Parts: sequence; C-alpha cells; structure tokens
Amino acid sequence: MKCIKQEISFTLNGGAVCVDVPVTTDTLTMLRDRLKLTGTKYGCGEGECGACTILVDGVAVNACLMFAVDCHGRELTTIEGVQTEDGLSTMQRAFVSCGATQCGFCTPGLIMQGTSLLNRSPDISVEQIKRGIEGNLCRCTGYHKVIDAIATALDSNRSAPKEHS
Amino acid sequence: MTALIEKETLIGKRVPKLDAPKKVTGAAQYIHDIELPGMLVGKIRRSERVHARIVRIDTTEAKALPGVHAVLTAADTPGVGLGHGKDNPPLKGDKVRCERDEIAAVAAETEDIAEQALKLIRVEYEDLPAVFSPAEALEDGAPIIHEQHPKNIPFTYDYHHGDVAQGEAESDVVIEDNYRLHFVTHCCMGVSGAIAQFDSEGNLTVHSQTQVPFLYKKEIAPVIAVPPEKIRVIQPVIGGAFGSKLDIYPFEPICIFLARATRRPVRVLFTREEEFLASPTRQPVELVLRSGVKSDGTLTFRNCRTLHDNGGYTSWGATTPFVIMQTISSLYRVPHCQYHTTVVYTNNPYSGSFRGFGNLQATFAVESHMDKLAEAVGMDPLAFRMHNAQQPEETTPQGMVFHTCGLSECLSITTEKSGFLAKHDANRETQAAPTRTGSAVKRGIGMASLLHVGGGAKIYRSDGCGTILKVDDHAHVTVITGSTEIGQGSETVIAQLVGEELGLPVSAITVINSDTEITPWDVGVHASRTTFIAGNSARGAARKARDKLLIAAGEKLKVDPETLDLRKGLVVRSDSGESLLELGKLIRSLHFARKAEVVMTSDYYEPPSVMQDSEFKGDVSASYAFGTQVVELEVDTGTGVIRILKVTSAHDVGKVINALSIEGQIEGGVVMGMGYAIAEHLIVKDGRMKNPSFRDYKLVTAPEIPVVDMHFIETNDPEGPVGAKGVGEAPAICTAAAIVNALYNATGVRFCELPLTPEIVLRGLKQCGGHCP
Repeated sequence: MKCIKQEISFTLNGGAVCVDVPVTTDTLTMLRDRLKLTGTKYGCGEGECGACTILVDGVAVNACLMFAVDCHGRELTTIEGVQTEDGLSTMQRAFVSCGATQCGFCTPGLIMQGTSLLNRSPDISVEQIKRGIEGNLCRCTGYHKVIDAIATALDSNRSAPKEHS
Repeated sequence: MTALIEKETLIGKRVPKLDAPKKVTGAAQYIHDIELPGMLVGKIRRSERVHARIVRIDTTEAKALPGVHAVLTAADTPGVGLGHGKDNPPLKGDKVRCERDEIAAVAAETEDIAEQALKLIRVEYEDLPAVFSPAEALEDGAPIIHEQHPKNIPFTYDYHHGDVAQGEAESDVVIEDNYRLHFVTHCCMGVSGAIAQFDSEGNLTVHSQTQVPFLYKKEIAPVIAVPPEKIRVIQPVIGGAFGSKLDIYPFEPICIFLARATRRPVRVLFTREEEFLASPTRQPVELVLRSGVKSDGTLTFRNCRTLHDNGGYTSWGATTPFVIMQTISSLYRVPHCQYHTTVVYTNNPYSGSFRGFGNLQATFAVESHMDKLAEAVGMDPLAFRMHNAQQPEETTPQGMVFHTCGLSECLSITTEKSGFLAKHDANRETQAAPTRTGSAVKRGIGMASLLHVGGGAKIYRSDGCGTILKVDDHAHVTVITGSTEIGQGSETVIAQLVGEELGLPVSAITVINSDTEITPWDVGVHASRTTFIAGNSARGAARKARDKLLIAAGEKLKVDPETLDLRKGLVVRSDSGESLLELGKLIRSLHFARKAEVVMTSDYYEPPSVMQDSEFKGDVSASYAFGTQVVELEVDTGTGVIRILKVTSAHDVGKVINALSIEGQIEGGVVMGMGYAIAEHLIVKDGRMKNPSFRDYKLVTAPEIPVVDMHFIETNDPEGPVGAKGVGEAPAICTAAAIVNALYNATGVRFCELPLTPEIVLRGLKQCGGHCP
C-alpha cells in the first residue's frame, strides 16, 4: 500500500509548524501521534463525542473529522495553547473552581468548545450554552457544572479584556 | 503581640479537585497518552460468530507480514479462565460463545500493520445452535453454552425471612407484575486499554485502568502464570469507570501475553466500536415481583423471582442478586420476604458491575409497586412510604443495622420542596382529559427512594484500606493511600480529612494513589466505599501524625501537649489561639535533633461490618445510604417523547465533606439514571449488538438535562469519617423508578419495561394501555 504524503504548514498554538503527513491522516492523529500533543482526546473517531474539539481559526472543530492536509494555512489552537502568560485561562479557571471536571477525559474538548462560544458571542444565554455543548458528551458531571463554568467564564470575560482568539 | 489563630475547618467547603489543574490543561496522562520506548501496538481478533466450534486457526500469513512481532492464539497461552466464574479464558481455543470472543491477537509496529495482520488470520468455524433468551436456555434440549453446566445455570440465589404465605394471608391487596430491564453500558469517555512490560528478571509492570489494583494482581496471576509478587500495577489517570473496571477482561491478559512474546512493551487500546462490543454491560433482568399490603397501608410481604441473562461468560453481573435482594428485603419494612434468582448462560454479551450494581433494576420494580399499592389502599404515595419507612437504630430482617437513617427526612424534604402532593393530585385530574390548549403534552410527578450500602460492603474477608502518611520539612504532607481515584474526587476528600487533623490547607497535601509498589493494600473503588473506608484510614494516619507532632512541640515548648493545637501551619495554644511555633520549623528541628526522627505514620482501617452468612444475612456495611428523588416531567402523548423537567433530590450523606464534589456526584448520577430510563439502549439481536456507536446509542446531552434541586440530609454517622457516608452510586439508583411513576401520574398508564423511548411510550399509550402484561 503506497502512502502518499503532503507537506503542510500552519500555525499551532501561536507557533509555525511544517510537517509532511499522509493525505489520509486526520488532524487528531497528526496532533497526538505526530506532534505529541496528547491533550486532545480520542473518544469515538467519528465526530459524535466532542472529546477531540480544537479551534481552527477560532472556531470549534472535531479534529477527528478534519483531514490533516486541510490544516494547511490555518490557525489551530489545542488545549495546550489555551493557557495565558498568567497561567490558566478564564475558562480553565472556571472549570476548576466550578467543579466541572471529574474523570476529565471530556474536559479539554469542552474547554475548547466553551472558548469557541466565548470567542463568537460574549453575551449568550444558558440555553445557548447548552446548545453550544450539545456535541460534547460527558458521562460524569451531568453537564450542570460544565454549564456553570462556561457561564462563569463568560461573566468574568465581560468585565475583562478578551484574552484569547 | 503574637497573632491569634482561629480554628478553621475544611469540612463542608467547596474545595476544587486537586487533579483539576492537570485535567483542564490537557496534562493529565491517560492510558492513551503514555509512550514507552519500543512500544508495540496490540490488536485483538474477535469471533464475529455467536456460538461456534473453532475448527482451525491459521496465522501463517499474519506472522509473515513485515512489522508483525507476534501472533498468538489460545495454543500459546495457559488457557486459565478469568472472571467471577473463572469460565472465560482470555483467548478462546475450542469454541466461541458470544460475538465479542477473543480468538487471536497481534503485536505489530503500527496500528495499520496490526489491523492488516488481523485480517490475514484465517479461521474456520463450525456453527453451533445458539440461544439468546434466558427462558429458552432453560428449556430441555437447549444448546449448552459451557459443557460443565449442562443446564446453563452457573448460579442460583435464594433468600428468605419470615413466611411469605403468612404474609399473603394477612394481605388485603396482593399485586404481581413482570418487569424487564434492558442492556445498557458504561460509555466511559476514555476507551479501555492497557500497557504491559516485562523486565529482564520477568517482573511485570502493567499500566492498568483497574478499579481494584491489589485484587487485580491476585486475580490475574494464575491466568498469565506470573506470581502476584512479580506484578506491579500502575494506574494512569482513568477516563471514567463506573464499575466497568472492577473485573479483569480478556484484553488485559492478552496485552501481557503479547508483551511476554515480543519482549517489548505492548499497548492494547480499544476503538469506540470495540468499547461497545467488548465492555461489560449493566445486568439485564427479568423480574417478577409479588407484594402485599393491609388496608391500613402496612406492607405484608414481597416475593421476587428474577432471571439473569448471564451471556456467554460470568463476570460481576451474575452477583448483582447480592444487592437486588437487599432492596427487595429492606427498602421499607417488609415482614415477610422471599427471593430467588436463576442466572442463565446465553450467547448474548455478558454483564459486569455498573454503578448501583443491580439496584436500579430492583428499585425500579419495588418503587413501581409502592405507588401501585398506595393507590390500591387509597393512600397518597408519600403517606404510604412514610408509614413503611425504617427509622434509625432499626435492624432489618436481613441483618442490616441502620445506626443512622434519614429516609423519612429525605421523603419529607423532597415532597415539600417540589410541592409533590398538590401537583400529584392536579396531574391525576388531567390524565384523561384533553389539555386546555389542545396540545397532547401532559405533566407528571413521581417519587422513588433508595437504600444502598454507604460504608463499604464486606464481600471479602477484609473491606479495609491502608494509608501511609509523612509530614516533611516545610510542613508538606504526602498521603499514600491504597484507594483509587477514578474522577469521583476521592483524593481531594482524603486531603481535606488529613488537612483538618493537621491544621493545613489542601495545597500543603499531595495524595499518591496509583502504584502498587508504593501504596498500601486496599480492596478497590466499589460499593461507594472510598470516602468512608479510605477516608477513615487517612484520618487515622493523620491523627497519629498529629499526636506525634503535638508531643514533640510540647517537649520543645515545655508545655502540656494537651493544651496545643495545629492551625494554619502553626502550633498554637488551643484555648487562646496564640501562635507558638511554625510547624515546618518543628519538623526540621526533629530531623536535626540528636535522636533524629521522621514524622511518618500508617493506619489500616477495617470497618466493623461482617460478611453475610450462608443465608445472605448479616450487617454487610458499616453504614447505609438513603435517598429520595422526585421527578417532574412532560410527555407528549402524540409522539411519546418525554422531557424531564426537574429532579428534586435528597440524600442521606451522613455529613457533607466537599459540597462541590457531592453535588457533582448527584448531578451526574441523576443524569445517568435518566439516561437508563429514557435514552440508553444497547440493542442486542440474536446475540449481536446493533448500535455500537454514539450515533446510535443515545447518551443524554446538555440541552436535555433537568433542573436538579439538591438537599443533603446530615445524619452524622457515628462510624463515618467526620460523620460521612458513601454516596457514589446512590444518585443513579432511583431516578428511573421516579420517572416511571411520574409517567403514570401524567398518563394513567404504567410501564414495566425500560427504556421509555418514544416508540415504547407511544405503543404503551395507544395499544394495551401500557399496563404490565
């Protein structure tokens, strides 16, 4: 079986990356196996659970559904790129203080989804938050504290400058 | 003037989980994230037949594929069985008994090569007649699944107290119903996996997600022919367990066989589809319940018979009668009780342990009957339950001693806060009537309670846990506990209990809990036991350290240690709070003394529970948990779609240690219980799973969750750590029962099977009136 590769370059967590990847590889596999960024999780591999959510040009995407070659020229943010110089981001801090993580496996995906919501519209309702994380499955928390955390982060971001794009 | 230090408590506070920072940054290392040098990929070939003799397996082509390091079949293994029935050899050599059966395994350099090699394994089968219903498997001439069990019955359970015939004679009303509970599965967000590695001396290190690291060593040793003392178990961060990792399943010994064959580290990691196909399920149960009541509302008897579909092999699902019979015998006062279970082999998937361990099934039946009996004698559901509820200091006929019991308080507060009685009556009025707006949507309210172990369960000779604790210079504490963190927050609770004794914040405490080479013995995380058992053990070790520190401080300060206290990292005078000495400085002075000492203590806590006798009687837990949930829902009688609007819950938790964690357990449990009732269904047809993906297996998502109004009943259990009881499983147990009672309240139609999917609800409403057949 011949493996056709393609060289791509993109921005990853603020730095330039240039890699050659098999054209059949998905972005999740590239991030985890090739670039060793294991914070993005494999939960189902078919876009149903949201554990692999990353930001592509600021918008939440299931990394398992995106071909790696389609990252060319784009700007990717993974959970490893969310922290600020001061430490945890507002969203990450809210997940800690609100008790939004239990086993933690879905947490990186939910934080990326929450960050995407925050980037898109700082003034969204609790119902919109629920709709926004509909594609992220969590088996531990029952979602209540996740919704609290995202609402808390949105609240504190309204009174502070935008920290991440 | 010296600062005066007030006593502060950590108990009852909203303390964020100690492991949260590494989980929110993606730094937590799960089994998927560990990389060992030279590690190979292990993959398993499964049978795809449900019942067949294996005539021949040819691995020649697979072995010849470049990049393949080993291809194993049963012939390469000792063939010793795993699991509660020891009937499940990791690789099957003679025949396969269910769809998931493991028949060969490959270790290769990459995933692609391993997949390719699996396809090159040639297997010749001879199909055998199969059986998929436990009732049919009991018939004469049914296919035999295991030759040593010609009747397909590996276990039966019988329990009784009193005399049900007498109970029935004393009854004014007797009812009997058949309940059918379905297959669901854990759906841990992190799929299953293991990494095995041998050193040159034959010592084995397994990175395992097990919930029971010490029992794991003992159980797996004969299966892999490695003595337990040569096995080290390291637990990575575990991406959900809920009971699924209580037993050892074939992929773990297979991973170890591959590591031994290749002399390389090997990782076996499931795909999501494999996770559905090859994980345990919740035990499906066919249950017949017969109950009686006097016209004054006093329960007279319960007689329960269940048929357990054991699937092809025996895991923990077969033992759920232990818990089911507790609820049948002792949820409310039952003077006469009889219980029987027949466990039956079929060619279906097999069940394991799953949060609640049979209690969701039992409570569904019992609490459905409580509502029906109340109605039959003209009492409201609350008054009827109150009349039959146990009180503190009662001993049930099964031998459970309720030193504390908050059942009545749980019933009162949930019904009061939800406005239960008024809504219950109002909904009944509108059951038959068309709604005012012409809409087909009706509202219902229903309640259910639960009884579960809250202080461990003595199913082994010990139900204990060990702790080693050291206090080092700079007053940093390391707690080394035998207990296992699976996301439930045990390490944070342990840190709070230790900090409380030593007057230190949780930031001064590190909890080590993941390596059997370091941690002391424990029975594992199950039976809602960790806060209670590991908490008491940690507290014991911390108290010993506290005594040691206060005696040393007393000597140094030349005062009576009884007059001293530890607060905020300082030794203080306990009456005035006057600060006398920094704790870190005291410890350093001990290290540098002529007779140098370290402050290191240990404690082993064994709860005062007993193993049940041969009649299943005895006080099996050191404490018991109670709870009540009231569910409010809407059902669209035109489509059968149910929306759960609100759950008002009260749990007797003994004492709240960490408010944030306990809320998380209850919210998560309620949603899991709701999923069991209305969404989740692992569809098994002719032994094959029809929906092994999140597309087709429906988990509850964020927009569907109800409001959860939580109340904590603090009964201050005398044996619990600072009065606490276990609450890990409890919140999931009675939600489904409360939902089915609410559905009855809305529609006047009673359902006896789950899940309450729109099709089943609609069929029930339209066709047979939904009443149990």
